[in-house]
Amino acid sequence: MMRFMLLFSRQGKLRLQKWYTAAAERDRKKMVRELMQVVLARKPKMCSFLEWRDLKIVYKRYASLYFCCAVEEQDNELVTLEVIHRFVELLDKYFGSVCELDIIFNFEKAYFILDEFLMGGEIQDTSKKSVLKAIEQADLLQEEDESPRSVLEEMGLA
Amino acid sequence: MSDVVEKTLTALPSLLSLDSQPGAGKLSVTSKLGSLIRGITELTSKHEEEKLIKKELAAIKEHVSSPNTTLRQMKEIMVRAIYCEMLGFEASFCYIHAIKLAQQGSMFEKRVGYLAVSLFLREGHDLLLLLVNTVLKDLQSTNLIEVCMALTVVSQIFPKDMIPAVLPLVEDKLTHSKEIIRRKAVLALYKFYLMAPNQVQHIHDKFRRALCDKDPGVMTASLHIYLQMIKESPENYKELAGSFVVILKQVVSGKLPADFSYHSVPAPWLQMQLLRILALLGKEDQRTSEIMYEVLDESLRRAEINHNITYAILYECVKTVYTIHPKSELLEKAAKCIGKFVLSPKINLKYLGLKALTYVVQQDPNLALQHQMTIIECLDHPDPIIKRETLELLYRITNAQNVTVIVEKMLDFLRHSRDEYTVIGLVGKVAELAEKYAPDNSWFVQTMNAVFSLGGDAMQPDITNNFLRLLAEGFDNAEEDRQLRLLAVDSYLSLLGGEAASLPQPFLQIISWVLGEYSYLKVGQDPTDVLARLGALLERHDITTETRCWVLAAMGKLCTTDGALRRAREVAHQYSACLDTALRQQAMELELLGQDAPLRHRVLPHDASCEDLEVDSSLSFLDGFVSEALALGAAPYKPPHQRQEELSQHKALNFEPYGPSLPASLSACSLTDRQSPTAMSLSSGISGNSTEQMQKASSNTLKLDGVKKVWGKEGYLPQKEATEEAPPPVASSAPTPSCQQGGAEHTQLAVSSAGEEEQEKRQLAATLFVGLGSQNSLCLMGKPDAAPKRIWRRQRPDQEALDGGSRPPVSSVDDTLDGLFDDAVPDSALLYSLDGPSVPQSCLDGGGEAAGGSLDAGMEPALALSPGDAPGSLLPPALLALPRSDMEALCSDGTLSVCACKVYQRDALLLALFLSNACDLPLEELSCDVTSEEAKVTDGYTTAASISLLAGRGVAVVLHHLVMELPSSQAVVAVRVSYRPGAGAPTQQAVSLSLSLADFIRPLPVSTEEYGRLWLSFSNDVKQNLRLLADSEDPLAATLAALKDKLRLHIVDIIGAEGIVACQLVPGQPCLLHCHAHGGTLTAWLRSPLPTLPDCLLYHCQKAIEES
Repeated sequence: MMRFMLLFSRQGKLRLQKWYTAAAERDRKKMVRELMQVVLARKPKMCSFLEWRDLKIVYKRYASLYFCCAVEEQDNELVTLEVIHRFVELLDKYFGSVCELDIIFNFEKAYFILDEFLMGGEIQDTSKKSVLKAIEQADLLQEEDESPRSVLEEMGLA
Repeated sequence: MSDVVEKTLTALPSLLSLDSQPGAGKLSVTSKLGSLIRGITELTSKHEEEKLIKKELAAIKEHVSSPNTTLRQMKEIMVRAIYCEMLGFEASFCYIHAIKLAQQGSMFEKRVGYLAVSLFLREGHDLLLLLVNTVLKDLQSTNLIEVCMALTVVSQIFPKDMIPAVLPLVEDKLTHSKEIIRRKAVLALYKFYLMAPNQVQHIHDKFRRALCDKDPGVMTASLHIYLQMIKESPENYKELAGSFVVILKQVVSGKLPADFSYHSVPAPWLQMQLLRILALLGKEDQRTSEIMYEVLDESLRRAEINHNITYAILYECVKTVYTIHPKSELLEKAAKCIGKFVLSPKINLKYLGLKALTYVVQQDPNLALQHQMTIIECLDHPDPIIKRETLELLYRITNAQNVTVIVEKMLDFLRHSRDEYTVIGLVGKVAELAEKYAPDNSWFVQTMNAVFSLGGDAMQPDITNNFLRLLAEGFDNAEEDRQLRLLAVDSYLSLLGGEAASLPQPFLQIISWVLGEYSYLKVGQDPTDVLARLGALLERHDITTETRCWVLAAMGKLCTTDGALRRAREVAHQYSACLDTALRQQAMELELLGQDAPLRHRVLPHDASCEDLEVDSSLSFLDGFVSEALALGAAPYKPPHQRQEELSQHKALNFEPYGPSLPASLSACSLTDRQSPTAMSLSSGISGNSTEQMQKASSNTLKLDGVKKVWGKEGYLPQKEATEEAPPPVASSAPTPSCQQGGAEHTQLAVSSAGEEEQEKRQLAATLFVGLGSQNSLCLMGKPDAAPKRIWRRQRPDQEALDGGSRPPVSSVDDTLDGLFDDAVPDSALLYSLDGPSVPQSCLDGGGEAAGGSLDAGMEPALALSPGDAPGSLLPPALLALPRSDMEALCSDGTLSVCACKVYQRDALLLALFLSNACDLPLEELSCDVTSEEAKVTDGYTTAASISLLAGRGVAVVLHHLVMELPSSQAVVAVRVSYRPGAGAPTQQAVSLSLSLADFIRPLPVSTEEYGRLWLSFSNDVKQNLRLLADSEDPLAATLAALKDKLRLHIVDIIGAEGIVACQLVPGQPCLLHCHAHGGTLTAWLRSPLPTLPDCLLYHCQKAIEES
């Protein structure tokens, strides 16, 4: 099971964090800080896997953004790498050639995609098509939902 | 695909300058979030960022609390708050609004609300309770997306106690028409299973349906649950192995829709999950393994495409092949596969190759030989992760020949490593290897020096402990020992003499101890000099108080010359006013020992650190002091839990939620042997075996420590003394199971009716005169526990002709029997324990409780116990009166057969094992060993009971007491019986036996009043609806009666539609059950001081009702 997933920039700015197991706030901050240091210190040609504390860390850099997952002892590193890759593919498809800025400005959308892809730390839907379909349906509803209301609001009637 | 992504993403850094941003065209740069983000990006210092965020948070705070904020604005605010939290600034004032948004918002606001909740709140947060209603509402919604959102949030974060509230709704979703809902429901249940396994145990058949779902996605999701369940008890799911193999076969041969393919590999996640499950099922099970050989072979063959995902499957496949029962062909192929990994130029694959090698190298050391050149290369790899994995591999193949090289490599790595976790792990391994394979003493000392210097302060304490023990205990060879110690002394002296490089604290402690203990071995070494060097350590500022204590302790051993003595005194003087009590105590001791040489020799003899010390744990040497104090009117000592308990009785608010108590149960409960002050001091007065007595007393008593935490104990203590005078027995009694002890009642009544003065005299008398005569009243404190294991033998009448008969009855009484039966039924015990002739004939051929029926039909009738050997005839009479299970045949190998019977003793589960010899020849060296992880086999040790000789056709009975300290819904007990047939080689039989929690449940006889009191004091509770047994006039009474029968609960009272029930988990952990019947359901509410007990018990209640 995945314990957590972090997205951070080359400058060490956190862009997204998703935790699948309970941990105290203080520990989380400490872990994020330490892990970013460890990962950022690694050279490009080095292996994508780390053993860190009692966890296995799998990370991969896409342009300026690091995707970093912590999985448990019995989990498979290679497949975690593919989980990251599939997530990037999903983001790419959704945003249309995704860039870090998309994720910065629309991080809530990125969370929605992640939630549709992984659930409780396990992969939920392996099909790219169906994940995006689910997201689009929710987005669509939102727009239908939104437009009449915003008119009302603008008129001060809400 | 990945290339495309890479390319687009690599083009990005240029976009990062925010002036012109084509990528952000569709972003809401004009929104408040946009401007916040831009604002932050433009800032250069951390300080400015903090200022900006603080300002932002203040604005958000103002907005959220304003009544004019619309939900839509609220949604936008939440997003900003999430952003601030991600940057590390707390926005806790938003949490409640996030929940409100999820509750009130329409679809999209709800979505953001749920997201915010799942990001803001942690497990156990109080506000989560407010989420329950919203989730319930959304789960019932007809809108699919709302249902999806609710399921997602439930799997992300949900209060554990509230699972029963949503469980039925989530269960319903398993039959939903949309596969996406079914899939999410399965995953939500998986999450529940991880959080509280007992609460979803009753829906196992629904998991089965999910496994057979027509949608592969739902089926894949259900495998998560299966993997977890199989991990816990593989034996329960063996029959599913075939189905899993079939599924895997279909997947591998591409029968799934293309949607499930990933980079043209069919459903890789599903494949891997199945491989993992197969590994668990096939482990140590040849028959199950055989089913899967073919499909594993196919998997290995099919994975050809050169892509990460195929390698991931291959890796999993190799692990499975090496975990299950081995098949040489497959192993060969798997080994080839590992070769592919190891030799791959891709670093990730190489790493996994090394891991795989590490995994298999113990089974197949040759594989390491094949790849030795690669391994050597990896040792010098620039990536420390690869290096470390290589060292891990080397660690597994270390032996006496290569130890020096490997350890050198490891130390080398350690010198360059800064990660604390890595260092701690590796240092332990080096120490282990050094101890196991050290070629000579000086190497060992040098290596350990390196270990201690590199290990740092965080080193695991057992490394130092093991080292010191090794040094102190030594080997068989005294000369070797001396040499080793001398080497250590030499090297430490030179370490201290050199530039005092800052050594880690544990190392300094070792140095001080060794120098203190063994520096005398060095001929010509002046202790004054050693002491001076140690003294120099004290001057340093970077050493801890603990280390100072070690140094002072070492000095105490060294003051053998005048110079040393003088120096030691100085030091002692210096620290005698130290604020740290431990250090001051050391200094005082040092001062005293310095003055008194004979005392020093007595306290700190040379080279005697390993001699056993006799510690009088009963503190009997204080008896005089205690009695003197009592005579002067001091209050007798009471243990903390008792003080608290009394406090709660006198001072706690009485909420008393239950109706009038029954006078009958009151009087019954007053007659208990609670640890009253009298009883306590009685037991502490027995100098020799008082601790034993204490344990016994406490094991018979409810453990109520820590039950009442609310009241400060000191504040009330004096007042309590005042109210103590002649305490009314009713009020001060806590329920204990031993109330049927007539003698105890008697003593207690007498004691409690006597005045305080009288009591004190009695105590004093007991303290002073204990042990002079056979004071029966002492034993009555609690029935002396039977020793954990009792063995006795009974021989068949035909055997008796050979060796029995001539023996005088008394001599054949097993010593242990005295203790077991004397307080219960001494006469029959005596009679019983006799060999052959005295066994009543009727027992032997009488058909009473025919155990034969429950015996394994496969056993040869001649080998099986005959009907006459029903437990009744074999168990000691004292146990016959107790409820017990049927006899169960465990195993038999034609020579020896083992049967078991559970006897439900009041304070333990007694497991009686009947070992019957089916041959005419005697069995020798018979021994029986019982262990369990979940239950404690009393006395904690698994000392094998050994029955030197079991005569032909004889039966030996071995008794083990089991208690369950931590609740678990079942306990697996491993039984190992070994013996040697007269002329043959030793043989062993092993079998495991699973006991249910219900076996450890006993009634808890309490009154309604006490129940009320206990109820308020327990904090862990669980609530759930159970089914009522409908088919009777009074469903509540019938249901409770069923529970009582099945689980041995005590029904305290039934008032109208409510019932209260109490039980305890041996050894004395209470659990209370409060039931309310309405409609067809029984709402059960369980409370206990143990967090997991209510959960486990609830599960068994559920089961008991299902079965009725």
